[in-house]
Amino acid sequence: MLGESSIQPEWLSEEVKTGTTIIAIGYEGGVVLGSDSRVSAGASVVNRVMNKLSPLHDKIYCALSGSAADAQTIAEIVNYQLDVHSIEVGEDPLVRSAATLVKNISYKYKEELSAHLIVAGWDRRAGGQVYVTLDGLLSMQPFAVGGSGSSYIYGFVDAEYRKGMTKKESQEFVVNALTLAMGRDGSSGGVAYLVTIDQEGAVERCIPGNELPTFFDQ
Amino acid sequence: SCDFYVSPARRSSGFRATTIMAVEFDGGVVIGADSRTTTGAYIANRVTDKLTPIHDRIFCCRSGSAADTQAIADAVSYQLGFHSIELDEPPLVQTAANLFKQMCYRYREELMAGIIVAGWDKRRGGQVYTVPMGGMLVRQPVSVGGSGSSYIYGFIDSKYKSGMTKEECLRFTADALALAMERDGSSGGVVRLAAITESGLERSVILGNQLPTFFSA
Repeated sequence: MLGESSIQPEWLSEEVKTGTTIIAIGYEGGVVLGSDSRVSAGASVVNRVMNKLSPLHDKIYCALSGSAADAQTIAEIVNYQLDVHSIEVGEDPLVRSAATLVKNISYKYKEELSAHLIVAGWDRRAGGQVYVTLDGLLSMQPFAVGGSGSSYIYGFVDAEYRKGMTKKESQEFVVNALTLAMGRDGSSGGVAYLVTIDQEGAVERCIPGNELPTFFDQ
Repeated sequence: SCDFYVSPARRSSGFRATTIMAVEFDGGVVIGADSRTTTGAYIANRVTDKLTPIHDRIFCCRSGSAADTQAIADAVSYQLGFHSIELDEPPLVQTAANLFKQMCYRYREELMAGIIVAGWDKRRGGQVYTVPMGGMLVRQPVSVGGSGSSYIYGFIDSKYKSGMTKEECLRFTADALALAMERDGSSGGVVRLAAITESGLERSVILGNQLPTFFSA
């Protein structure tokens, strides 16, 4: 065979990345987070159904992108830190607190880590909020996209986003954006996971590939 | 001069400081490009014209190394002009596209050129052919190229529908280029548009302050 000289398959020695498309958007009364489900090691897809939306607390989730190990570890650590914090404070933590904890880790270890987490959730003080923590900065935005697939949808989200969308419109916006990105980015694909967080709590949803919207070339 | 000159350090990453686009409609094509040429962080030309005529009804949009694309376009214009005289009729867009492809494929290791060929001919009407780096050739109803193109794939996929009129195509192209220019640091300036039909060529420019505006987070 051509070039079959290694004992192990190539993908075992490749770094495992969540290639990814992640997106989070705030609406009046809550947030919607979305992600694809592909985990790649080089050219192989090692997990096609990974849920990249990780709970940090009851009403705070984060979306993982970049190195799978780094992102998962950050999410676990912050989950623990938030539990301790919310017991000390005696009430549900603020989304900003969760984002700050993520930012502190991302910034302190920025040379060693390569993961970008988008933190979004609902709290009593400021309602639905979305924070980006890329490279160790902390910034609140009306919506955020991240991961390798996000490059392809900047134009789409810039054109389609409007302030004051309803919950349903925000969910459609997220599904459309994910579908378009998964259509163009080789490192994103599989199913779409959605989490909608509002005062009542968090509702998770999975949309299989064949139920995603189709666009002109499909 | 140095339209979109790319320094050797940048070359290996395939850096193409541009956004170009072409759309077919029934009766012709619309082509568009930004107008920024950068040498590193300096904008060497902020009003570049990246839409180059190859024949009366055939244009090309150039991205990549300016030197390479100018040389290729000159060579193809010459070959096409000669061919058209031999044939004694206007050349086909497919012919022009194939000439580009032959050159870009043969010299693929030396060249850095991403070209979109678009025009009108009597046989097949409006056509868009893309010849990306590496030298493949494929016809597409809508095609984008350059560094800024990554950001608008999602927009194009969601907004394009077949059967658009010339005005709708012009608006669609201007919107897409404006969005790309907003996000891509290597694209900017004005939007240059051209509509090519049987009756001829209409060129227009949309100045910076007249560009469509969108939300930016």
